Amino acid sequence: MAGMAPDLTSEYFARRTRANALRMVHAAKASHIGTCLSAADILAVLYHDVMRIDPQQPQLPQRDRFILSKGHGAAIIYAALAERGFFPVDWLKGYCADGSPLTGHINHAGVPGVEVSTGSLGHGLSIGCGMALGLRADGRGARVFVLLSDGECDEGSIWEAALFAPFHKLANLTVIVDYNKIQSFGSVKDVLDLEPFADKWRAFGWHVVELDGHDHAALRPALQGTHPVLPTLILAHTVKGKGVSFMENDLAWHYRSPDTAQLAQALAELGE
Amino acid sequence: MRTTFIKALLECAAADERIWLLCGDLGYSVLEPFIQQYPQRFINVGVAEQNMTGIAGGLAMTGRKVVCYSIGNFTTLRCYEQIRNDVCYHNGDVKVVSVGGGLAYGSQGYTHHAVEDLAVMRALPNMTVLAPGDPVEVDFVTRWMMRHDGPCYLRLGKAGEPKLHAADASFAPGKIVAMRPGKDLLLLSTGGMLPTALQVADALAAAGVAAAVASCPFVKPLDTAWLAQQAARYPWIATLEEHSRFGGLADAVGGCLATQPQPVARLLPFAVPELALKGVGGTQQELLQRIGLDAASITAAITQQTGLGSQTLRQSKA
Repeated sequence: MAGMAPDLTSEYFARRTRANALRMVHAAKASHIGTCLSAADILAVLYHDVMRIDPQQPQLPQRDRFILSKGHGAAIIYAALAERGFFPVDWLKGYCADGSPLTGHINHAGVPGVEVSTGSLGHGLSIGCGMALGLRADGRGARVFVLLSDGECDEGSIWEAALFAPFHKLANLTVIVDYNKIQSFGSVKDVLDLEPFADKWRAFGWHVVELDGHDHAALRPALQGTHPVLPTLILAHTVKGKGVSFMENDLAWHYRSPDTAQLAQALAELGE
Repeated sequence: MRTTFIKALLECAAADERIWLLCGDLGYSVLEPFIQQYPQRFINVGVAEQNMTGIAGGLAMTGRKVVCYSIGNFTTLRCYEQIRNDVCYHNGDVKVVSVGGGLAYGSQGYTHHAVEDLAVMRALPNMTVLAPGDPVEVDFVTRWMMRHDGPCYLRLGKAGEPKLHAADASFAPGKIVAMRPGKDLLLLSTGGMLPTALQVADALAAAGVAAAVASCPFVKPLDTAWLAQQAARYPWIATLEEHSRFGGLADAVGGCLATQPQPVARLLPFAVPELALKGVGGTQQELLQRIGLDAASITAAITQQTGLGSQTLRQSKA
């Protein structure tokens, strides 16, 4: 399948998608930039280095699948898909615009490269389990990646699926938790503490990898590798708003949209 | 009904290896033949209907035709959002099958009375809603459903429903099935109320009223073309359903009648009144009688509300 130009790196990819996500939420006066920035590096490594996908043939049966279960992080996925060539970067101007398919919560209809529409939390992991079952039966080696938020793990349906995947030995399933420690109305620790989080997944039978979710050198092998039997859970410690100093670790940027001056400062900090 | 369903499903699965069956830890003494013949295409997901439905949606995205099987409200209400988002919005080839629709599990109490399923399933995009009236209809709609590409909801009774159609009766997808002619009114039944509709027609005939009977296994899409014709022929159309008065057959038919260009038949809805069975258990037959959905109560209500046959009935009583 088509690869990226060799002189480009996943770090560059992450910088570009961060910048485009910032431009999108600024133009649309939209929310959720904090979650986009915390997931940007995970997605950059996935889309740049790991997933076997072909932007020219987005429906190839043997392709790897990605599900954004935290559907409110749509802007960064749209930016990643555009960067990867699934559709023109110019489409990103339509984010949250009237009549546009690029809705604030991720939408597959009319958007090449988006596998699943989500937005109500707690759905993606079950869908991923179903895909992993079907793709395993197909025998073509296709993998499934699901990105969860930490707050999403309050949903009981996540734990239904968490129980299911190791029992059915879904080794072709890799789940990444974007553990930025801030959920919708407060810090995870204060709202409904998930700790000991990694141990919970281990107790459910997952192969657990814990890492810095902004360290591409750590993300790359963790995402590329699979356990011979078990599904993999990557607990990615991240910073909400990562890369823009005044957005980092601030709940307000779950909701706020940068104004013109803030956008300029943010882009400058990213080196764009 | 469920025996006929699994037999038809087995035959479909033999011819189509895309067919998978998921259950939410229910199906004892029903699903075993499928499990034995197609163990690789069966998963007991456990008592986790949300997960079952999401998994079905994901499997469908890899080209499978997936049946989700459970009883009562568990395949519909518990996982409604998964059906809406993960299945219907993606037009996933998932068949939601509920055994014990209506009051089939009557003695088990309120949680097991499935009387809002048709309403909530009708509201979903891409969803076909099926409520067959006897085992012959079950056989037809099951085979049709497994050929159809897209979400379906199938409401089944439990077991032991009588065959009311001839084995060689002909059906067509999306069509209401006319069963008996009659000029005075039309009795339109969906699901397991079909034997009752026939009994009502018999009782009305004894009173000199000629009631036509038709069965409506396709609740959505509704056979509005046929209904429009009948609306011009009959002064009354009575709907019979083991379902809430809200959102089921009565509302579907009523909505159709109300949009006809000419003055049309009036609607006589027979359905389950809201919370009529709070704190009351009992056999299906007993409960239906309590809420006026048995043949005698419906016959009396029809004659009273329409005036049809009332003279004959009064004479026979005198």
